[in-house]
This record gives sequence, C-alpha cells and structure tokens, in this order.
Amino acid sequence: MTQIWHSLTAPWRAIPDRQRQILTWAFLILLFLTFPLVDKVFNWGVVNDVTDVLVLVILALGLNIVVGYAGLLDLGYAAFFAIGAYTTGILTWPPHHLELNFWIVIWAAVIVAAFFGIIIGTPTLRLRGDYLAIVTLAFGEIVPVVIRNLGSVTIGVGSWQLLSDFNLTNGVQGLNPVGRPGLWGFTFSFDPTPWYYLILIIAALVILANVRLQNSRLGRAWMALREDETAADCMGVDPIRTKLLAFAIGASFSGFAGAFYAAKLQAIFPELFKFNLSVMILCMVILGGMGNIKGVVIGGMLLQLFDRVVLTQTTILARSVGEALHISALATIDLSLWRWFFFGLTMVVIMVLRPEGLFPSAVRRAELHAAEEEAPRAAEKG
Amino acid sequence: MTQTELFIQLLINAVTIGSYLALIALGYTMVYGIIELINFAHGDVYMFGFLISLTFLGFLDANTTLGGWQLWVITFGVMFVTMLCTGTMNVLIDRIGYKPLRRAPRLAVLITAVGMSFILENLGMIWKGPSQINYPNIFPAIDILNDVLGMKTAVLFTTKDVFLMGVTVPLMVVLTLFIRSTRMGKAMRATAQDREAAALMGINVEKVIRNTFFIGGALAGAAGMMVGIYLNTGRYLMGFEAGLLAFTSAVLGGIGNIGGAVLGSYVIGFLNAGSDQYLSSEWTRALVFTILILVLVFKPSGLLGERTPERD
Amino acid sequence: MALLEARRIRKQFGGLAALSDLDLNIEKGMIASLIGPNGAGKTTFFNMVSGIYKPTSGQILLEGKEIGGLRPNRVTALGLGRTFQNIRLFSNMTALENVLVGMNCRLKSSWYGALLRTRSVMQEEAKARERAQELLAYVGLGDDKGETFAKNLPYGLQRRLEIARALATHPKLMLLDEPTAGMNPQETVGAMALIKRVRDELDITILLIEHDMKVVMGISDCITVLDYGAKIAEGTPGQVRANPKVIEAYLGKGVAAQIRRTKQKVAAETGSQEDGTI
Repeated sequence: MTQIWHSLTAPWRAIPDRQRQILTWAFLILLFLTFPLVDKVFNWGVVNDVTDVLVLVILALGLNIVVGYAGLLDLGYAAFFAIGAYTTGILTWPPHHLELNFWIVIWAAVIVAAFFGIIIGTPTLRLRGDYLAIVTLAFGEIVPVVIRNLGSVTIGVGSWQLLSDFNLTNGVQGLNPVGRPGLWGFTFSFDPTPWYYLILIIAALVILANVRLQNSRLGRAWMALREDETAADCMGVDPIRTKLLAFAIGASFSGFAGAFYAAKLQAIFPELFKFNLSVMILCMVILGGMGNIKGVVIGGMLLQLFDRVVLTQTTILARSVGEALHISALATIDLSLWRWFFFGLTMVVIMVLRPEGLFPSAVRRAELHAAEEEAPRAAEKG
Repeated sequence: MTQTELFIQLLINAVTIGSYLALIALGYTMVYGIIELINFAHGDVYMFGFLISLTFLGFLDANTTLGGWQLWVITFGVMFVTMLCTGTMNVLIDRIGYKPLRRAPRLAVLITAVGMSFILENLGMIWKGPSQINYPNIFPAIDILNDVLGMKTAVLFTTKDVFLMGVTVPLMVVLTLFIRSTRMGKAMRATAQDREAAALMGINVEKVIRNTFFIGGALAGAAGMMVGIYLNTGRYLMGFEAGLLAFTSAVLGGIGNIGGAVLGSYVIGFLNAGSDQYLSSEWTRALVFTILILVLVFKPSGLLGERTPERD
Repeated sequence: MALLEARRIRKQFGGLAALSDLDLNIEKGMIASLIGPNGAGKTTFFNMVSGIYKPTSGQILLEGKEIGGLRPNRVTALGLGRTFQNIRLFSNMTALENVLVGMNCRLKSSWYGALLRTRSVMQEEAKARERAQELLAYVGLGDDKGETFAKNLPYGLQRRLEIARALATHPKLMLLDEPTAGMNPQETVGAMALIKRVRDELDITILLIEHDMKVVMGISDCITVLDYGAKIAEGTPGQVRANPKVIEAYLGKGVAAQIRRTKQKVAAETGSQEDGTI
C-alpha cells in the first residue's frame, strides 16, 4: 500500500524540500484566498458553511493545547466557547445599553475566557487523568445551566439590593441581536464573504500562535509535563503554572471563536453549547492527531466535511438506491441521524487502531505505539 | 400536603432513586476498582436495559397491568434475560474498546469510553426515537397507605415502591455476598488491589475483568428495567443523566468501594429528591455536578474509600 | 556551612519508618556516596531532598536554606539537579529537547514573548540551544544525537542524557540515583570519569546512590551507609570498608562473623599484629 503511494508521489518528492514547502504553502494560501470566488463561479453556496467549519477548527486548535500538548483531557471545552460568545453578547446586546465596538469586545471575550480557563483549571490541578476529565465535563454542564438561569439576577441582603431582577443573559431565549463588527463604515451583515475573510485571518493568527508556542519554552514544558509530570517537576517545570497556562491559553482561542460566532449568528442561546459540541471538538483533535497542528486543522476539516457533506450525500444516494430496489428501509434512511454514532466510532477506531491520528507528528506516533513495543524492547535491553 | 407528609414523601423518593442509582453505581465502582477506568458507556448500558426489556415485553404482548403468577414469571423472566443481554453488552464494550488499550496511556482508554457512550446513545436513538418512550405499566400500583392500610394521607407509597426496593436491595446483598465469599469474588478483590500481584498468584486477570463487566452490566440492565416499570417512561439520553448521578454517587461513597457506592447513591438520591422538591429539577443537575467537583477536589477518596484519584 | 544538611530526618509511610533520625552533611566540592542494602531508604532520602516527599519531621537545608517540603521545581530552582533510578527521560522528545526542558527554570522567556517572537526571546532560544548542544557533547552525546528521540537512544546514552538534563538545571548539588545501574564495566568506567569531571570541571557537588562497590570506593570522598532507614556508618572508603557493621548489613551477621574468624586465623598463622577486627 505504502509502496504504491510512494511511487505515485515520487515526482512530487523529487522537488527539493524547501521548494516543495513553498509550493504547498502558496497553493494552500491561493486556494483559501480565492475560495469565495470559486464558490460563486461554481454556484456551490458553501462559503457560510466553510466559515463555520473554520470556527470549529479554531476551537479544535484551542483544545489541542490542553489535550494535545499538556495532555489534560478536557471534556467541557464548549463551556469556554459559550463564555466567549456570551461575553460578546452581553457587551453588545442593546437592552444592556453598552453596545461596545466589536473589535474591543472580541478581546474582552478572549480575556474573560482565559480567566475562566484558570478558574476551571484550578480544581483539576491535583487530579488524575480520568477525574480531571469528569470535572471538566461537570463544569461544561454547569456553565449552560448557569447561563440559562442568569436571566434574572438578584443580588442583595434583606431590603438592600445591588441588583434586582437584572437580566444578564436573557435565560433560555438567549441574546438577540448581538453586535456586529464594522470596518471603515462597512458593517458586516448577511453576506458571508466578509465573515469568511475575517475568520481566515483569525485562523491564520491562531495557527501561527500555536506554532510559536509549540517551539517555545512553554511548549516544551507542556510536553514534558505530559510525558512525566514528576520528572518535569524535578527539572524545574512548575506543574501548577504550566497547567493553568494550558487551560488559559487554550480557552482564550475559544474567546476569539465565540465572539466571532456570536456576532455572525446574531443570536446565541444556551442550547448551542452542549456536551455534544465538546465531544465533537475533541473528536476533531483526535482524528487529526493530538498535539499536531497540521493534523488538527486537516482532521478537523475532514470531520466537518464528513458530517456536513458525506452524510447527506450518502443519504441521498442510499435513498435513490432504496427506491430503485424497493427497499423501504433504505429509501427512508437518514444518515444524518447517525452522526454521533460516527463520531463515537471515529474516536474508538482511532484510539484502538491509529492513536496518533490520521496525520501524525512523528512524536505522537512514537509515544502511542510504545506500549506495543514495550515487551520485546524490554527483552532486548536484558 | 403537610410538611411531615412532604418530608416522608421525600424520603420515599430518596430511597427509590437511591436504590436504582446504586445498581448503576456498583457497575462504575467495580470496573474502576479493577482497571481504573471510568466506563463512560455504563449509563448507556442501563438505558439499553430499559430498551431491551421493553422489546421483550413487546414480544410477550405484555402491555397492561399483569396479575397473579403471570406478573412474577414475566417480570422476573424478562429481567433475567435482560440482565444477560446487558451483561454481555458490557463485556463486548470492554472487549472492543478497552481491552486493546490495556497498556495504553489512560487518556486513550477514556477517549474510547466516551466514544462508546456516543455510539450507544445514537443506537438507542435510532432504535426507539429521540422522544420519550412509553413503557408498559405491567406492575400494579396499589396505594398501600390509603387503600390497603386505610390511612388518609397524601403521601404516595405504592406496591411499585416496594417492588423497586424489594428487588434492588436483595441484588445488592447477593453481590456483596458474592464478592466476599466466592472464589471469583476474592479474585476480583485481589485484582482490584494489585493487578500484577493477582496475575502472579495465578489469577486469570482477563477473566476477572470480564466477569466484573458482566456483573456491572447485568445490574445496570436490571436497573433499566426497573425504572421502566416504575416510571413507565424513558428516553435515549436517560443513561447519560442517570450515569452522571450514579458516577457521582460512586465517587462520593469512595470509588472502588462497593459499600461506598451504595451509601453514596442513597445520599445522592436524597439530594436529588430534595432538590427536585424544594428547588427545581434544573438546579438538581447543577447541584449534583457541584458536589462531584467538590468531592473530587477536596476529598477524592470519598466517604468510605481508601483509593485516592490523585496524580501518581 | 555544609552545602546540604539533613537534620534528624524522619520519614514515615503509615506504619513503616523508611528513615529514622538521619543526620547527613555534604560539604561543597565533595563526591559523596549513599550506600546500603535494598530498602534502606536511600531513594526515599533523595525524593525528600528533591521535594517529591515531605519529611515527616526534621529539616533539610541547602546552602543554609530550608528546602524540606518545598515543591520539586522550587528546589531545583534553588540549585538541585537529579537523575532517577529507573530512567525518567521524556521519551518522546528529542535528546536536545530533554536538555532544553532541564533549562526551563533558568530561562527567562515568557510565553507572550514567544508569541510575539521578540528579539530577546529569539536570542535566548538560540543561546539555549547552543548551550544544550554543548551539554550533550560534554556527556558524550555530540554529533547528531541531539535529534534522536530519547526512547531510541541506547541504554548507556540514556543515562548520560539524564545527566546532561540534570546539568542543564545549573545545579550546585547533583543527586545521582544509581547512575551506573545496568552498565557493563566499560560503560561504568566512562560514567565514573564523567562524574569526576563534572565535579572537577563544573564545580558541582555530587551525592550518589550506588550499588557497584568499585564505583563507590573508586570515586567517593565520603560514604554514608544506611540500613533500615538509619545511618550505620560514615567515613572515607577505607574506613567504611573495614567497618564491621557495614559488612553485617550487607552480608549478614553469620558471614561477618566468619570473616572475622578467618582474619583472626590468618593473623594467628602469619604471626602478624592483627587484633581481630575486620
């Protein structure tokens, strides 16, 4: 299998490394920059969907820092997304009479999200992997409940009241409308193209940030912590600070994503940020390969492609086959109902068969296949 | 209802909730004790207990309240078969998802467990739909206090309550006896203490693990059926919700500790009933999660446990 | 003032007294060894000095500063480096990265500096990499070994990498836990030479746990012997070697008595002035 692939790609690999890299990058950049035009020409109408996918990719990159670099399984990441979105909503919702500028609010969302990252991370500091996961899951569940119930906030003692029936989050109904960005007189509106370019810029910055962090002192500290916390501690890596930074920085990315998403959607409500979303983001990270920027981006996009396109197209195909062959079960099938099945299956299959993900960095592949090689290697050492 | 009556009703609710939670919590705690894994999919096995028993009752055309010998034969017959099915299901989950990862980093197995849970939930949804599912009311609900004892009270204590407690408690007792007295039970306890040493002593660890999953799954399946009989309704997500409650119970009581799982379940049952009654069911969930976080952060060994889920 | 002072250190694990009333002083510039049968409490002591365990009672002072109970990363920042009995490298990071992690507490780069790629961060990174390469070369991992994953290095080189990583923390005192375990005689000699060079050239005090008596006797200035958590002997290699309690601890009372009788017999036959002490 690999041999066939090797011979097919031989001419490509014959080009010197450096030039290959430049060509790949140039191609990708061109692709992404001209996509709305291509979309218009072919009349696909998917710019909005691609924009949403990129939001999810940014979330996946944020989670990648927590799970992939620092090795902390966060099952409640959607909570940070919610916090980013709601910070934006609260600061721009007309009834609050603030209606701040989006470009300021987005940074507020980042800071608030990072702050909550620290709050949620702190209780988990001494916990082992699975318990950390459960606690983050619990927080992930609590946040939407709290948001749902902050439609009427009353803070007071006896007859003195600081806040009385103050509507912070508008409860179940959510916030609508949410403020939109404006740029030199132009206001972002329903046309998906400006949103697309904005998220492209944000995504590029987020990827750049990830790359720089990965190769920094902090990035190495994260990886050492993941490898062996006690040894890292003894080498001068402060586990508390390092873990909290992972949570905070990881959460801050969802601040960007949340702010963007709230503004674009114009309306946000608690039901958007459930456990399912946390798991889907996790699935993107796993499919791509934990700790691997390229993998998470590609894997994340693949998963979304599968979810949004493959499932619906296969349904259409299956239905026509079913109708042709008069198999009613097939003719009425709706594969989009199976999406969580497929996400779950992806997680199980990847973890069991290819834990380093589809596009692994060499590191991860080494680490996760270690257990299998352990036995013969121990015999080698004698 | 008077205050006293409210309180007594609360107690009844607490005990019934605690009872079926305990059956589920036992599965969590036993599996964690043996392989230090939170079987995320365990709650969904409980949900399948509900669905499977529902299906079998459908085969038998049992959709009205039964009486006489029919009631007992069908109820326990279906329960027995359901337990076999869910026990096997749990073993399969381990075989497919967890066994290949016995020596993998813990992160990996936990992710698989989450994946399994989603697979099961989705299958449940496809099978019986996303909305509330009706469960046949096969067990008679005779108001014991008012009709049988002739009292005049608003407190509702029916034969269903008796049935629920009457089945779960013996099951727990049987399990405890099993763990304490039988060879397999001893093997399970040994493996939970030190897997390697147990293996060195000739215990077939994989067999022990398999049995643990089977028993846990069977108990969860029984709980699923009993909730069906008791509440006459269920949903494909009932496993996720009950699972989190049961898991909190197991942690509260001391993970790995069987008595702890039972104790914790009744405490959570009490809190659940109390919160539903005096606050609102919405806050119940948040309350239970807060307890979970507090226990794990401040007293990770729980009320009765010695095993601490801290960093090694 | 001794570089490391342990005063009446006790460590209790439940009912088990792993260490009882241990007093230990390591002077600056020494190569000191801690020896004793298995289970004597040597690694427990190391773990307490480096901060993994908290002493049940007693004090540990590094350069006069109390470090007992401090977190490991604090102790390391104060000047303590260590290696582990079972190698604990960061297996899936390269050798170079392992050493760079060791430098963590000595580097000043902040994460936001790394994000913005400020000049100072870039310069520090470059210097750090240079220094890491130097350290690797110093322990014998020069050439391209830096890019190899730690787990793929042969055993002997892994031990050396651990030393390089510990050196990267810029320690005043280095704790080496069985640095020659699993080595063949040739590797052992190389390791001994390296340890000596570290003390002589880099001015780092060394405390090592060892089972290989050739190593212990060969490079130690001072040896402390533990048995069942208590100190039973201390002194120069010559003194310790002749100490009857040490022989008893290692070989048991029976064998010790045999040795004593044999020596007496030999003394009697050769007419020397041996007084029967071992």
